[in-house]
Amino acid sequence: MIEIRMHGRGGQGAVKASFVLAEAAFQGGKYVQAFPRFGVERRGAPVEAFTRIDDKPVQIRSQIYNPDGVIVLDPTLIEVVDVTKGLKKGGWILINSDKKPEFYDFGDDYKVYTVDATEIAVQNRLGSRTAPIVNTAIVGAFAKLTGIVKIDAVFKGIDNSIPRSQEANKRAAKQAYDAIASR
Amino acid sequence: MKKTMMGNFAASWGAQLSRVQVIAAYPITPQTLIVEKLSEIVADGELDAKFIKVESEHSAMAACIGASATGARAYTATSAQGLALMHEMLHWAGLARLPIVMTNVNRAMAPGWSIWADQNDSLSQRDTGWMQIYASSAQDILDSTIIGYKVSEQVLLPTLISFDAFFLSHTVEVVDMPDIELVDKYLPPYNPEYKLDVKDPRSFGALTAEEYYYEFRYKMQEAMDKAVDVIKEAGKEYEKLTGRAYKLVHPYRCEDADLILVTSGTIAETTNVAVDELRAEGKKVGNLRIRVIRPYPKKEILEVIKGVKKLAVIDRNISPGYSGIFSQELKSALYNEVNIPVRSYIAGLGGRDVKIQDIKDMANDALKNDSPNDLIWKGVKL
Repeated sequence: MIEIRMHGRGGQGAVKASFVLAEAAFQGGKYVQAFPRFGVERRGAPVEAFTRIDDKPVQIRSQIYNPDGVIVLDPTLIEVVDVTKGLKKGGWILINSDKKPEFYDFGDDYKVYTVDATEIAVQNRLGSRTAPIVNTAIVGAFAKLTGIVKIDAVFKGIDNSIPRSQEANKRAAKQAYDAIASR
Repeated sequence: MKKTMMGNFAASWGAQLSRVQVIAAYPITPQTLIVEKLSEIVADGELDAKFIKVESEHSAMAACIGASATGARAYTATSAQGLALMHEMLHWAGLARLPIVMTNVNRAMAPGWSIWADQNDSLSQRDTGWMQIYASSAQDILDSTIIGYKVSEQVLLPTLISFDAFFLSHTVEVVDMPDIELVDKYLPPYNPEYKLDVKDPRSFGALTAEEYYYEFRYKMQEAMDKAVDVIKEAGKEYEKLTGRAYKLVHPYRCEDADLILVTSGTIAETTNVAVDELRAEGKKVGNLRIRVIRPYPKKEILEVIKGVKKLAVIDRNISPGYSGIFSQELKSALYNEVNIPVRSYIAGLGGRDVKIQDIKDMANDALKNDSPNDLIWKGVKL
């Protein structure tokens, strides 16, 4: 089973990102579970969402404490939240950032990846310039970095779980898939 | 067809597939999405039903009672304070023997103001004459709604299907949606012998003197007793059509167990995982999930637990002044039948997360201690 934790800010689409990721994995033939951290959500406040992916139905009904990977939708969160908390040794961190992975220092225990999902979202007119919707781009990058889901499954997931601008979202996912940088 | 959906929508689509004819509901977190989705389904013409907006949960249940009395298939959903506000009407639905199915998202009662999971809301309604089911997955929610009508309309008792706030209500997972043709085959239209009908006037709910009321209660109990077998049959028939089995209790790795954990709701699913881990450590632990608490499946529980050395109940609820409610029910079932020590744990109130490790801690504590204990607080912070 793969366990993934998303960090975002309220209103940024972290919960939706966890759902799109689950939908993509489901389209790739997996069993999935995705849910928000059950906190008091406020716009702009740090929020968490979780996705579990497995070959059999997921029975664990608690939050994720030791993720295999962490996705950070807003790089400014890194100063506020311990995004590596409980992250398994050898785990990965995927950050939506215009910086290179080398910019971030989480020690040697983790692999760091970056993708400029914000710029990709803006280019594809997803959301507004000030509040771009980055979740589909991030899921494209996730597909590349983990290989758990193929990009075609991500496209199917977008068709099924995104109500509008599906082609633009698919373009964003593919762009992020091609652009992800690793350290 | 398999698809991903939130637990709440599994309830909405369960109602749609059951072809409910009247929906009367008032929104409350975390239930809101259930009835929002149903209002869309009705507005889009995908379900031929009357959606009645009401000013309170008390009115929602009153509207369902009126609708059901005319022979319509009625549905509502609520949570916590909303369910509590319905209390008077819940007795009415039960004693009027109306086969209403209601979804309740288990949410802790306030104060402290909470929108998170525990079972005190629905267990407070235990004695209102409703059958009570505790679902543990989105699939269970959807299927139980359909099976709920099948059972309710045979025994003429309402069904309450409860499931944990957020741990299920707002969690997306894979659900196999049965085809409507299959559900139609399973669940025929509701056609009661007696109903409110202007062409065939009758009196319902009239003054009932002591000469008759007592027998009303007797008949209700008779229906509850009958419901045990009807639930089994309805579950078997559903399994034939879908491959998915629904019983009153769901044992997991209990056959040779030294200790059986007794659980319900989402904690039951996490407990299956904890049992696998404990077994891998060489500890003979099983899990008995109580899916139906009314009618109480005493015989079915005794069949599973006979011969086990110890029992440990995990309750996400409490009857203040005594103990966890599933624990009390279990102990009363054991008395006169079999002498097995029971250790009773309270966990996860107000949505506090119950992790695999928490369950293993409780199991290990029960394995170590031979003495029974009515009330052990797991992880209380003082």
